[in-house]
Amino acid sequence: MKILVPIKRVVDYNVKVRVKSDQTGVETANVKMSMNPFDEIAVEEAIRLQEAGTAEEIVIVSIGIKQCQETIRTALAMGADRGILVETEEEVQPLAVAKILKHLVEKESPQLVITGKQAIDDDNNQTGQLLAALLGWSQGTFASKLEFTDDRLKLTREVDGGLETVSLSLPSVVTTDLRLNEPRFVKLPNIMKAKKKQLDIIPMDSLGLDTTSRVKILKVEDPPQREAGIKVDSVEELIDKLKNEAKVI
Amino acid sequence: MGVLVVAEHDNEVLQESTLNAVTAGLEINAEVSVLVAGQNCGGVVDSVGKVAGVSKVLSCEHELYEHQLAESLAGLIASIASDYTHILAAATSQGKNVLPRVAGLLDVAPISDITDIQSADTFVRPIYAGNAIATVQSEDTIKIVTIRPTTFDAAAADGGSAEIVSIDPHDDKQDLSQFMGQELTQSDRPELTSARIVVSGGRGMGSSENFQIIEALADKLNAAVGASRAAVDAGYVPNDYQVGQTGKVVAPDLYVAVGISGAIQHLAGMKDSKVIVAINKDEEAPIFQVADYGMVADLFDVVPKLTESL
Repeated sequence: MKILVPIKRVVDYNVKVRVKSDQTGVETANVKMSMNPFDEIAVEEAIRLQEAGTAEEIVIVSIGIKQCQETIRTALAMGADRGILVETEEEVQPLAVAKILKHLVEKESPQLVITGKQAIDDDNNQTGQLLAALLGWSQGTFASKLEFTDDRLKLTREVDGGLETVSLSLPSVVTTDLRLNEPRFVKLPNIMKAKKKQLDIIPMDSLGLDTTSRVKILKVEDPPQREAGIKVDSVEELIDKLKNEAKVI
Repeated sequence: MGVLVVAEHDNEVLQESTLNAVTAGLEINAEVSVLVAGQNCGGVVDSVGKVAGVSKVLSCEHELYEHQLAESLAGLIASIASDYTHILAAATSQGKNVLPRVAGLLDVAPISDITDIQSADTFVRPIYAGNAIATVQSEDTIKIVTIRPTTFDAAAADGGSAEIVSIDPHDDKQDLSQFMGQELTQSDRPELTSARIVVSGGRGMGSSENFQIIEALADKLNAAVGASRAAVDAGYVPNDYQVGQTGKVVAPDLYVAVGISGAIQHLAGMKDSKVIVAINKDEEAPIFQVADYGMVADLFDVVPKLTESL
């Protein structure tokens, strides 16, 4: 089967973001950018399915500025076959992303779309579900295990109470949770090889889709800061503070 | 035209987070209806009917909805959506799974995990693991929103007397998804997201066995047990213990972080707690920057002593 893996370029998870002084967003200039960690898990899972003989071709898709090519190259260096960048300078929200992906799914006809359950920048956790709805496909969100059996996908999901297992028809949209796998490190020779892999660039405007933002960002602010408290030296002092000062026990 | 809240339940018990969603609904409009879709869930319908402030309960009993799978439930919700200005659910794993699918069916841009309601179309939500707070305005006719349960009080479970109406199931493709089973963590302790006290362990616990120290303290305090991602990834505890940006968000009266360094992703899930206690042997651990009471000490000495002294 063919697998489509949508990935997003985000501020690296180790960076502590700074809110811009004009409250329009967070500072992304001169900040380290990386592949969204959940998408990295999606790329890894696709490659493992290819190594196991389940998948034939892995196509990576990203939507955004031209620097997203670097993120796609990282996925190609991990082992994916080719990439597509839908290029735009605009901020593209999840519903528009899902519409673009639907367009590409109809063109590429994958049996499976795997992507991260959420991007660590806007923390929306929406794109996979929106895409599944637009396509009328099954959805396996927050996946921690995938097994293919008789034209269906047996999928284990991380839910609030523990784990849930569902059987999904194919084609399907899967979103990854943390315990699905541990992504591999990219080896240097593979980075060289990835430079030769096919990467098509499609201007977003050429698709003729409605990608306007429906959610207006009015402002972005710093969260209320929590002050560090005091250090206590003994268990007795801690219990005394909790009982008599904080009054929580 | 009012607000529709989607109830979360297991056909027997209503999830407490639905009560938080009702409160959010009432902040928008006094007319709040609650959808209870399930099978043999009459008890849940009755209990929702008693929730203070709920005007109407829509009950839809059918085998399609027994496990509330997103594919069938979203179709049902979308089919009745035009009667409402807002569709709300708690931002639980269930709400996060189902509501964006409803939005996709209706061509609406959903809004996730809001912490405040400024007006009928303007909401506040944390982004970047809570390191920035966005105020956003929806331009869609129907607003589809998940709410963060810890930031809205629970509606009173008693005192209401809602009208109960049965609605027909929505004819839907049933083969997309089938429920096969679940492994739920069994525990007599309070539920993590609504517990008054939470005791969490991190990588510093060192092993699954050592987590018993955390459990003993939690039992003494009648607290829920949580964990950092590092402790879950290491296999010390199951996934549903995880507190953080991509796990559960908690805001108890007292949060005790034991052997947790305090990565921003963990802080995102607990920094709204009223009182934070941190026990860590590394004086430089970032958890101390948010802790009201910090104790630089070996957790294996201090935690058992604490349990004993309480």
